[in-house]
Parts: sequence; C-alpha cells; structure tokens
Amino acid sequence: MATMKNEIDFLLHLADNALIIGHRNSEWCGHGPILEQDIAITNIALDYIGQARNFYQHAAELINQHPIGIDITQSGKDIVLPATEDSLAYLRDVREFKNLLITEIPNGDWAHTTLRLFLLSEFELQLFTQLLQHTDAQVAAIAEKSIKELSYHVKWSQDWVLRLGDGTEESKQRMQAAIEAIWAYTGELFIQPEYATAACLNYAAIQTAWNKKVTAVFEEAGLHIPSKTFVQKGGADGMHTEHLGYILAEMQYLQRAYPNSEW
Amino acid sequence: MEQAFEQIFQDKIDREVRIEPKDWMPEKYRQTLIRQISQHAHSEIIGMLPEGNWITRAPSLRRKAILLAKVQDEAGHGLYLYSAAETLGISRDQMYDQLHTGKAKYSSIFNYPTLSWADMGVVGWLVDGAAIMNQVPLCRSSFGPYARAMVRVCKEESFHQRQGFEILYVLSKGTEAQRRMAQDAINRWWWPSLMMFGPKDDESPNSIQSMKWKIKRFSNDELRQKFVDVCAEQVKVLGFTLPDKDLKWNEERGHYDFGPINWDEFWQVVQGNGPCNKERLDARKKAWEEGAWVRDAALAYANKKAKQKQAAA
Ligand SMILES: [Fe+2]
Ligand SMILES: [Fe+2]
Ligand SMILES: [Fe+2]
Repeated sequence: MATMKNEIDFLLHLADNALIIGHRNSEWCGHGPILEQDIAITNIALDYIGQARNFYQHAAELINQHPIGIDITQSGKDIVLPATEDSLAYLRDVREFKNLLITEIPNGDWAHTTLRLFLLSEFELQLFTQLLQHTDAQVAAIAEKSIKELSYHVKWSQDWVLRLGDGTEESKQRMQAAIEAIWAYTGELFIQPEYATAACLNYAAIQTAWNKKVTAVFEEAGLHIPSKTFVQKGGADGMHTEHLGYILAEMQYLQRAYPNSEW
Repeated sequence: MEQAFEQIFQDKIDREVRIEPKDWMPEKYRQTLIRQISQHAHSEIIGMLPEGNWITRAPSLRRKAILLAKVQDEAGHGLYLYSAAETLGISRDQMYDQLHTGKAKYSSIFNYPTLSWADMGVVGWLVDGAAIMNQVPLCRSSFGPYARAMVRVCKEESFHQRQGFEILYVLSKGTEAQRRMAQDAINRWWWPSLMMFGPKDDESPNSIQSMKWKIKRFSNDELRQKFVDVCAEQVKVLGFTLPDKDLKWNEERGHYDFGPINWDEFWQVVQGNGPCNKERLDARKKAWEEGAWVRDAALAYANKKAKQKQAAA
C-alpha cells in the first residue's frame, strides 16, 4: 500500500506542477509583448493544463481504486471521494499542494517568465524521459505525450533566454536580474521527494544533464550563474510561498462559492 | 483613364470576381477596407480581455482548457486580419498606433464587463453569435484576402458559439443560483449584442457604397432581425428569457418584433463612455509599452544573427 500512496503523491506532484505553471503562464493571455508570442505562451499554458488533467485523472483513478491507502492529508482533512480531476485541483488547500516553488512565484517581466519556463521545462524534459520506463504504463504514456510538448517549451523558452541575453543592454540586464531572482528556486528541482520512489527515477542524472544544458545556453547568451546558491525548498512537501494561497483563492473561487455544482 | 479603371473594377465586382491586393482599386475602397479590416482585427484583440478575465477562475479544468483555446483563437483571428489589412499597404504597428491613440475603433461590445462565469456562456452564445451573423456574408467580401481570412475565422467562431451555448445549457440544468447567474448575464448582454449590428439603416451613411462594392452584403437591420429571430427560439431551449417585453412573433412579417434599442447608450459607449473603455485600452497600451524592450531585444538579436550569417557566408 505504501508504494501506491507514493505513486499517488508523485502523480499529484506532477499534476500540481503542471497546473500551477499553466496558471501562471495563462496570466499572460491577452497581455503579451508580441501577438505571436501571446499565442505561443497561451498555447504552452494550454499544454500544461492538459498535462495536469492527465495526471489528476490517473491519480483520481488510483485513489478511487485504493481509498483505504489514502489517509489523512496535511491539513487533517480527508481527500474528497470519489476523487475527480476537479476535486483534486479545486478542493485541496495550500498544504496539500505538492508543486515546486519555482512554478508558483509571480511572472515578473518577460525575462523572468521565459527564464523560469526554460529552467523548469528542461528539468521536466529530463524527468519525463525517465518516466518512459515507469512500470505503470499509464504514467509512461502521459510522459510520452508530454515530452512532445515539453521539447517545444524548452526550445521556445531557450530561444528567449538567448534573444534577451544577447539582445540589447537592457534585455541582458533584465535576463541577468531574472537569473539572480529565480536561481534560489532551482535547487529544489533536484531534491528527490520522499514519495518519488519509482525505480526509473535518477535525480542525480537529471541534475547533470540539466546543468550541462543550462550552462551551455547561458554561455552562448553571455549570462552567468550566481555565485551564492541558497536553495529555497519545500513545495513538493506542501511548504509553499505566500503566493500559492492567492493562486488557489482565485482558481478555486467558483467551486468553493457554489459547492456541489456542475459546470 | 481613372474612370476606365473604375469601370473595370466595378465590373469585376458585379461579376463576383475577387479583388486582389495588386489589382487596381479606388483609393476610397482601399481606405474603407483598411478601416473595416483593422477595426475587426482590433475587436479580436480587445475581445481577448473580457474573456481572459475568467481564465484563471474557470470552474473546472475542462472549462479552463476550452476558454484558453478560445481566447487563443481570437488572437489568431487578430493575426490573420492584421495580415489581410497589411496587404493594403498599412503596417501592423501603424494599426496598433491608431488603436492606442483612439483613432481606430473596435467593437463596442467589449467595453462591457464580464461579471460572472455565466458571462462566458453568454459572450459565446450572443457575442460570437452576432459576430457570425455579421461575418458569414464577409466570406464573400469582394476583397480576396479578407474573404479568405473570414472563412477560417467563421469556422472557429461557430465553435465558440456552440461552446458558449453549452455553458449556458449546463447552468440551466444546474442549481437555482446557477440559473439566476445565467439569466442575469443574458439580461446584461442582450441589448448590447443587438447594438453589435450597428446603427439603424437610415442612420448608417456608408452602407450604400459598401453594398455596391460588396464589402457589405446585408443591411444592419436585416442582420439584426435575423439574429433576434434565431435567439428568440434558442433561448427557449435554455428555459431562460430575453429581457424585452415587446419581443413577440409577428405572423404577418414572419419575424419577431422587438422593443426599441437605447441608441443613446450605444453612442455613449462608442464615444468612450462605456463601463470598460478605459480599462480595455489601458490594458492594450500597457502590454504594448511594457513589451517595447522585448521587441527591441528581439530585433537587435535578429540583426546580430543576420550579420553573423552574412560574415560567415
Ligand atoms: Fe470576430
Ligand atoms: Fe474571433
Ligand atoms: Fe470567437
């Protein structure tokens, strides 16, 4: 049963990551700096909402099959049964969310937004590549579909890191400032959550590949990695920044204000 | 000479031959089309805002995905339409400038606020619905690039309309609070939707020339009547009502009669005094101004790369 609980928690971690970064990117819709890029980032948000749905649906399936294994959540409330993609997204509170902190910090400017996406999606691309070997065929299938999307997210965001890093004096400063601000949230990417117990996972290998890629792109763009590298962590275990509460308040408002309604 | 060209031009139009960007055309035709197409493009882009307002609050993941895709479609419509207008010799940046300085207009409907989730249903059903009514005839516009853009746009708009109707249908089967939410949204959007067809025919001065040029195929009042007839039936399926005590089937005319439109409100909103005119325009200007450094950087980078490529060649 322990392994089932671990798998469910890990699925929720992946789903929460996708939902929260999708939410952040969707905040740009209608407000982007270039119409084509407005479309691109909305498309990326849409990809992430799709990934979140796939992971939540699978988590819900497992929860409903093994309700006994799913005990009390962090805040002391039971998970609402039967679980659905929407009950998992809309009826859990901050301490139940397992997303990485890097997904929830505010968008900032275009440099912050594209850099965050680059750092995150490159990590996810490596992680999901390992998930292709997952013993649960459903997880492997979701990973396979997601990898197609993530490869585009990496390509798109990497292009922006290069363009802004090697564009004008102002854009270089802004991209470097984004690196200084976001870097503290990258360490958490490589801390393997306790529930990430699937045999296919190797976080050290992810970190090596990620470092190589990020270093190469920064070098080409003339950007540098900050020397002080304090790690902000805890998101995967439900310890969040203050920002997540506001995201959830906004996102969950209708489900909370009009309980038990069909939409 | 000019007269001979004009004759050939009108003759082509009468024979339903499409005018293409490189063909000779009267200057007034070009200017009218630039105004028509850019106004439409601006409406798509401004139209992203009232619906974008609910993306982060959509009540289910499925609805969130549908809404995101819809707003993204609108951005795509803006893109094709700006491109169509560019074939007439105006740049996208010039058109933006006209929008931001208030010189160019956009559909007034987007100056109304979206106050509840039901507004996402009503905007799809009525606003996309009215847009379709207006735009289907434009698929036969005499100007080729506009006509072709409209074929694609109309296909997507009719999806939007069905999705909007479906939102309302689900609300109509929902709780009492959901039904109230939906009826309230219909009450707020009905009259502004009727205004989307523009002023009454006798107050629409450019219409005759536009009909002759076949960049307009039906009069404002004809399209409005058609819209009322369709909606008066569809609202019955939902079990809601339209907020018009004069709405009544007229056997003799074969149409629904409907009450007087508040044209004073219409002109107020057109002149900038609608509830959200300032917010909408400010949001677009903010996106544009705050994006300036991004566009500058992209351009500088592209130039740098082009130079490097040249040097290597
Ligand atoms: Fe439209
Ligand atoms: Fe549209
Ligand atoms: Fe639409």
